[in-house]
Amino acid sequence: MEDMIFYDRLQFAFTITFHYIFPQLTMGLSLLIVYFKWKYLRNKIEKYNDAAKFFMKIFAINFTMGVVTGIPMEFQFGTNWAKFSELTGGIIGQTLAMEGMFSFFLESSFLALFIFGEKLMGQKLHLLTGFLVFLGSWASGWFILATNAWMQHPVGYEILDNGKFVLENFSALFGNPWLLPAFLHNQLASVVTSSFVVASIGAFYVLREKQIEHGKLFLKTGVIFGLVSSVLVAFPTGDWNAKNVAQYQPAAFAAMEGIFETENAGAEIVLIGQPNMVEKKLDNKIAVPNILSFLTYQEWHKQIPGMDKFKKEDLPDNIPALYYSYHIMVGLGTVFMGIMALAVFFLWRKKLYKAKGLLWTIMFLVPFPYIANLTGWYVAELGRQPYLVYGLLRTVDGISPTVSSGNTLFTLLGFVALYMLLGLLFLILVGKTINQGPKPQTH
Amino acid sequence: METFWFIAIAIVLAVFFVLDGYDFGAGIIHLFLAKTESDKEVIAKSAGLFWDSNEVWLVAAGGMLFMAFPTFYASVFSGFYLPLIIVLWLIIFRAIGLEFRGQFNFQMWKDIWDKSFGVSSLLLALFFGIALGNIVRGVNLGGVENGVSIYEGHYFFLPLWDSSFSPLSETPGIIDWFTIIIGLISVVTLAIHGANWIILKTNSSINDNLKNVIFKLNIALAALTLFSLVVWKTVNPNSLDNFAHKPYLLIFPIIYLTGLVGLFFIKKLKKDIHGFALSTLLILGGITSSLASLFPVILPSVNSINEPLTIYNTASSEYGLSVALTWGILGFILIFIYMIVQKRLMAGKIDKMDYGH
Ligand code: HDD
Ligand code: HEM
Ligand code: HEM
Repeated sequence: MEDMIFYDRLQFAFTITFHYIFPQLTMGLSLLIVYFKWKYLRNKIEKYNDAAKFFMKIFAINFTMGVVTGIPMEFQFGTNWAKFSELTGGIIGQTLAMEGMFSFFLESSFLALFIFGEKLMGQKLHLLTGFLVFLGSWASGWFILATNAWMQHPVGYEILDNGKFVLENFSALFGNPWLLPAFLHNQLASVVTSSFVVASIGAFYVLREKQIEHGKLFLKTGVIFGLVSSVLVAFPTGDWNAKNVAQYQPAAFAAMEGIFETENAGAEIVLIGQPNMVEKKLDNKIAVPNILSFLTYQEWHKQIPGMDKFKKEDLPDNIPALYYSYHIMVGLGTVFMGIMALAVFFLWRKKLYKAKGLLWTIMFLVPFPYIANLTGWYVAELGRQPYLVYGLLRTVDGISPTVSSGNTLFTLLGFVALYMLLGLLFLILVGKTINQGPKPQTH
Repeated sequence: METFWFIAIAIVLAVFFVLDGYDFGAGIIHLFLAKTESDKEVIAKSAGLFWDSNEVWLVAAGGMLFMAFPTFYASVFSGFYLPLIIVLWLIIFRAIGLEFRGQFNFQMWKDIWDKSFGVSSLLLALFFGIALGNIVRGVNLGGVENGVSIYEGHYFFLPLWDSSFSPLSETPGIIDWFTIIIGLISVVTLAIHGANWIILKTNSSINDNLKNVIFKLNIALAALTLFSLVVWKTVNPNSLDNFAHKPYLLIFPIIYLTGLVGLFFIKKLKKDIHGFALSTLLILGGITSSLASLFPVILPSVNSINEPLTIYNTASSEYGLSVALTWGILGFILIFIYMIVQKRLMAGKIDKMDYGH
């Protein structure tokens, strides 16, 4: 039993982590592509259309990867989490089925048209198809987050005698107080990723002194979108999410903030420290008193329950991972705001394109928004432990009763091997596209 | 309400097999018959432009099954664990084969992805048929051994095969001679369908020859169908009862037969679309007949201890099913609109189109 659940969790974590590398770019980049296309329609400057078409190529490769890694996600609920599917399918099946109906059909029908149809349709319709692709991908985020929000904070359900969850109130699924903040935060975070990708490619062209005009456009657009989204992702949306966790999952909140012991007065905010699980304290801690209470409740001396207030079996089972993930996400968020603010300042003073050091930094910053996004999800998912449906269904009770750990280990290794191949191909193809640039020299 | 969702999911699945079926079939034809580079390219393109929007039907069917019949979804997906995961891997290989073959212009690269596309299309067609075979044959629900259930009555776990390879064994595996026959029927049907698609959509140099191929495949299909009908009765003795009790269900096998008979006249057909329409009937008829023979059962039990799974003992709550009906209708209308727009804009032979890629 123990190793069954271990491999099931590992496989889920691995496959969803790999999947989520792609949708975050899909969702953010579709917004930027629509922006470029819209600008082109207004100002008729050719390089805006080039930009839209160039990022469309990257988008297409990325999208394929998202689709092929997404299909296993949907099926894994049944294969590895059969008990969970049986008990909650009446509820999360709704949001997952709606995702298929309302977003995947929209996205895939219009994507082919957007990629191949520019000459066929004319510019206005082309913009419209691009917009529909964008709409589809954000709708997909909305429905999957509705699914996740229900697992984090179940609403609108009833539990039958046989343990099954049945839907009692459909609209509650979308009025879930967890959903809107999570959705906004997550979508903005995907805009962060795509702005950094756009800016980074721009920095590459400017530094390489090839396709400089396009490079400058990418840089300018990337850093402006990057600054706005980095700020919004922290405040108000990140802050809002943190308040939700404090209210609905206090045990998770204590663990991610690293509060081992409840303090009598206000709680301090930890900037640096390493959880020591043996002595139940933070090593080499640097903290500022009372700030956490203020940020969470706008009261300097409000008490916040620490981990000592909860039974061991209700606390997340991997506290250090949760704590580090949270601090990495927030730390990176702060760094992003700083760098992007600096870049926008340089842009305004017309020095950005010559600031070599800053350009190199922007170019190599690209993996970090991905890390922030993935660690953000680790916070959400590890914080939800030890439950699948918070407070109601424990993770151990959700796995497939008939699938042995050997089988799961085998399929996990298969996924690892296959995804390594996919990752490699993805890098080669995107690298090739970037190298050719928006205006290939030879055709 | 259960019946309604059963029909809705059956329709979505059937549409999936009709649509994605042609690109599976194109893959099979591509594997065996495409010889010149231009044929390979145009056939791959006839599938490559459409596979993504076709596969969404599978994703939708999965989501709807999860929503409407969660117990069935949980039982079948965990019970067929290994083949299902292998299917997922094959889907990945097929998709990247199609998407990536054109990305570099050297022969070895193209050959690798062509094989990836062709072989995985073939295997997927086989696996889907085997899956259908398993469903109509039934499984050892509860994992019964020596008269006791090992799992809860609605769970099971099938090995890939049982040493006897017989569907009549007490613990049949996923692959036995009966499911293999259904698998072969699926491969042949989809190959015919794919060939019709290629004739319809491309000007490849093998188009004329493909009509001969369809004719020959159709003879094989007729033989396999006849044989499967004979053995089906032995494998699942109640298999034809539904048709006896409710004669109107015979419409489904008749649809199948229309397709089968019609395809013998493939060389005389005036329009390419007629051939494609006939193989569409073949697929629609085949799937609906199999499901109609079971209804309301959706997974028979081969032991006498555990009840079969039916649409009633696996469904979600009445309330859930009826709200889903409301948004489901809206969703279908939208999908219908997208399809019309897309098919309008992408009609005609693909090698004549200039997409400005
Ligand atoms: C670029 C990525 C990124 C950045 C810079 C941040 N976040 Fe974040 N965060 C995410 C990307 C993300 C995410 C991947 O989008 C998550 C995972 C689940 C979700 O809805 O959004 C998330 C979740 C998440 C949660 C967990 C909610 C839960 O337990 O379910 C909290 C409390 C915060 N965020 C708070 C913040 C704060 C205070 C930030 C201040 C800088 C911040 N995030 C920056
Ligand atoms: C895309 C972003 C996501 C990431 C990176 C992510 C990450 C993870 C990780 C790391 C685990 C393992 C937890 C552990 O080992 O304790 C996990 C488990 C799980 N997540 Fe997520 N998750 C994401 C989105 C979702 C969504 C949207 C859902 C629901 C629809 C979901 C449902 C689950 C389930 C069912 C498990 C297995 C049970 C468990 O161990 O908690 N995840 N996820
Ligand atoms: C366990 C959770 C998840 C499941 C079951 C899942 C399922 C899927 C499936 C089946 C597809 C392919 C759709 C197609 O055929 O077109 C897909 C793609 C996609 N998914 Fe996920 N997904 C999960 C997590 C997420 C999360 C957390 C997000 C975003 C917040 C997301 C956003 C998307 C988007 C935008 C696509 C479009 C294709 C692309 O990635 O480029 N998914 N997903």
